[in-house]
Amino acid sequence: MTCTEFLALLDDVIDDTVTAAVRSEVEQHMHKCGHCEVVFNTTRKTIEIYRSHEIYELPPDLRERLHTAIMARCKKGC
Amino acid sequence: MSTIQPIAGENEQHPDVALVDRVRGGDVSAYDTLVRKYDRQVFRIAQHITQNREDAEDVTQDAFLKAYEKLDQFQGNSKFYTWLVRIAVNESLMRLRKRRTSKMVSIDEDVETEEGSVPRDLADWSPDPEQNYSQTELAEILRRTVQGLPHGFRVVFVLRDVEGLSTEETAEALGLSVPAVKSRLLRARLQLRERLSRYFRRKKSPADGVEK
Repeated sequence: MTCTEFLALLDDVIDDTVTAAVRSEVEQHMHKCGHCEVVFNTTRKTIEIYRSHEIYELPPDLRERLHTAIMARCKKGC
Repeated sequence: MSTIQPIAGENEQHPDVALVDRVRGGDVSAYDTLVRKYDRQVFRIAQHITQNREDAEDVTQDAFLKAYEKLDQFQGNSKFYTWLVRIAVNESLMRLRKRRTSKMVSIDEDVETEEGSVPRDLADWSPDPEQNYSQTELAEILRRTVQGLPHGFRVVFVLRDVEGLSTEETAEALGLSVPAVKSRLLRARLQLRERLSRYFRRKKSPADGVEK
């Protein structure tokens, strides 16, 4: 496997949508290629960080205000 | 000869379907439940696209009102949430167009860039890189980094990786093909990785003769 072929499979491996055989080939490539291993680990970490950190929170008071406004309009038939 | 058995749960109805049916039957309180279930997600998506807090508030309100008005058009062959996200994305883009009157805004904007398609920063990261920053600093880094992505990549990354839609649902919500979503997702992930490397790369120790 070349680095370009590895890159083409990166998302599918991260999202776990590849067969065991393909996964094994990718793992073998990473074992030999330190750069691709770094790209794999840091890309996976990128996704993990964005998933686990709320960067745009909806504050409770704003949430209530929006909710009241939406439901008031809906009750009037919008 | 064995026959193919249906996967358990495949035909189970999504709980939103019953809520939507109740709203259609005139039970407004069922819509209250749907709003509370998805308001945070709609607000986040609107904030990611418009990058403006006031616009995100307006979009959240308008998206839920529009969904309520158009509920009869909801076919039920997609999830209510995916349908709602599509409305929220369209409302967000309309809001952006109003702000940038001279410039068309679409999810196809800026996607021609080659930046980040080939990884260049190959330094490994610290074991728990986020531990080196306070929550406030980290949130700022993550916000600034994702805001720097081209618009057409950012929205795909947010729906697929932050909000957890499937590739197919993301394609449906954005009116894109599945291959287009896949290609943008890879580029978005690689660009974010590249940009976050500036903050998260492993620091060399002074003993290596390299600045820390």
